[in-house]
Order: sequence, then C-alpha cells, then structure tokens
Amino acid sequence: MNCTDFLAKLTDFFDGQIEPDLLAEVKEHLGTCHHCEVVVNTTRKTIDIYRDQQTYEFSESLRSRLHSAIMARCSQSKEAADAKARLHEELVRDPRSH
Amino acid sequence: MAAHTTSLAEDPAELSGATAVVEPHPDLELVERAKAGDTAAFEQLVRQYDRQIYRTALHITQNREDAEDITQDVFFKAFQKLDQFQGNSKFSTWLVRIAVNESLMRLRKRKTSKTVSMDQDVQTDEGSIPRDFAEWRPNPEQIYSQGELGDILRKTIAGLPPGFRTVFTLRDIENLSTEETAEALGLSVPAVKSRLLRARLQLRERLSRYFRKANEGSK
Repeated sequence: MNCTDFLAKLTDFFDGQIEPDLLAEVKEHLGTCHHCEVVVNTTRKTIDIYRDQQTYEFSESLRSRLHSAIMARCSQSKEAADAKARLHEELVRDPRSH
Repeated sequence: MAAHTTSLAEDPAELSGATAVVEPHPDLELVERAKAGDTAAFEQLVRQYDRQIYRTALHITQNREDAEDITQDVFFKAFQKLDQFQGNSKFSTWLVRIAVNESLMRLRKRKTSKTVSMDQDVQTDEGSIPRDFAEWRPNPEQIYSQGELGDILRKTIAGLPPGFRTVFTLRDIENLSTEETAEALGLSVPAVKSRLLRARLQLRERLSRYFRKANEGSK
C-alpha cells in the first residue's frame, strides 16, 4: 500500500468501516510512513477538537428567546387552523347562517 | 448534481433493503401526539433538537441572525408539515434536512448573483493532498485560551466551501452517521465519504498552519 492508496481509505479507517485484511495493510503502512502517521494523528485531532469545543455557544437566553418565538408562531397557526375548521363545520351544519 | 431540492417529502428509497425489525424511535410517540394537537409534545421535540438545528444553520450560514431565523423557520415548517413525516427516517434527520435547505436558501439570497448549492466549490483540489507533516505538539488546547481557540476554529471552518462545511458539520460535529448525512443532504454515501475526506484534510491543513506556527513560536 502506498500513500495514495492509504489516503483513499482514510475515511473508512476513521469511521471503523474498513475490512479486516485492508485494516492490516493500513496499519502496516502507518508503521512505516511517518508522513501518513502525522496526517492520521492531526486529522483525528482536527475532528476531536471540533467535536469537543463548543464552536458556537447556545445560551439559555437564546434558547428561551427561540422557544417563545417558535411556540408563538405555532400557536397562532394552530388557532387559525382551528378557527377555519370551526367555520367549515358551521357552514356544513347550517349554510344559511353565513 | 442538481442544486439541492427543497422538498420535505421523505425519500421512499430510504427504505430499500431495510428488512430488520427495529424498535420505534421514542420521537415517534411525541410526533404522533404533536400531530394530534398536543403542543407540549411538539415543544419537547423543539427542546431536544433546537441546539443541533441552530448549530447546523450557523455552521452553514456563518451568520447568527440567519441561524436564529432559520431555527424558528425549521420548527415552524416542521409543525405545519408534520403530516408529511411518516416515520421512515429519524425525526432529527428530517429536521436537519429542512435546516440544510433553509440555510442554503439563505446563502443563495445573500449571494444574489451566485448559485449556492451543495456542489459549490467542491471541485477544488485544495487540501486534497496533504502538504503539512508537522505534528501538533503541545496540543492546541495547551497553547491557546478557549476564546482564542474558538476564534481559530470558527475562522477555519468558515473558509471551507459550503458543500464541505455542511458534510463535516453533520458527520463530525453533530455526529450523524454517514447514511443519515447522505439522507439529510440528498447525496449518495460515496459522495458524502469523498467530501468528508476532503473537508477533514482541508481543515487539518488550515489548522496546521496555526498550530505549527504556534509550536515554532513556543520553541
């Protein structure tokens, strides 16, 4: 296995989705190629650092603001739908009343 | 590939080959209750996924106001279209799919003269071949304060093309599986894998510039 072959298998290697015989080849290559070893270590660190760091905070005040806005819009929409349904019901029951 | 579709309908192909009997996801009960008019059940779903939807929108748009608007729009749209959700995919994946569509639409609006899609700039070869082979020692967390590191990470991911940024966000930050990422983005699994590899390598390359420099400076 050369570096290009190794790179092609990198995603499957990280995601643990590599066939056992290929995994042996990948490990063998890693044992002999310092550059690929560095690429694996620093790519793994890249993933970990993004996963662990809260790149964007999601504060309680933001959550609360969003919740109020979302639920207000949903309630309005539900009330409008309910009113429409009531009107429809009334019309079906007594078309002359409107 | 064509620009990403804005349809909320679930893809029947998602079910192909699925023969194993699986336990229903706990979200399904909440969705059924919400469909029957229980707003508290819907509120519970909002609480479960608001952070994920906000962060996904923010990673794609790189704009806090847009991300707030999109988060509201996603849940409102989901509330209105709950009947279209048949439970063939995870509810969270369905929400993410709406969030991605809404976010890409925002980007398109912002860049009025350009089309923004999952394919934008993904043809670039930048970063697809590693060039930097310096280890990061000591760890970046030991060199930078939380605030500085956060700035570097935000700046670095913002420099990726939207198509790569989105795949990396869903797969590596929000922890969706490769299959869920493919489903949320309307891409094939091999396309997700290919973009993920290049996104990871580009980010590594860009971060290496910071962290190698910091190492050299600390010697």
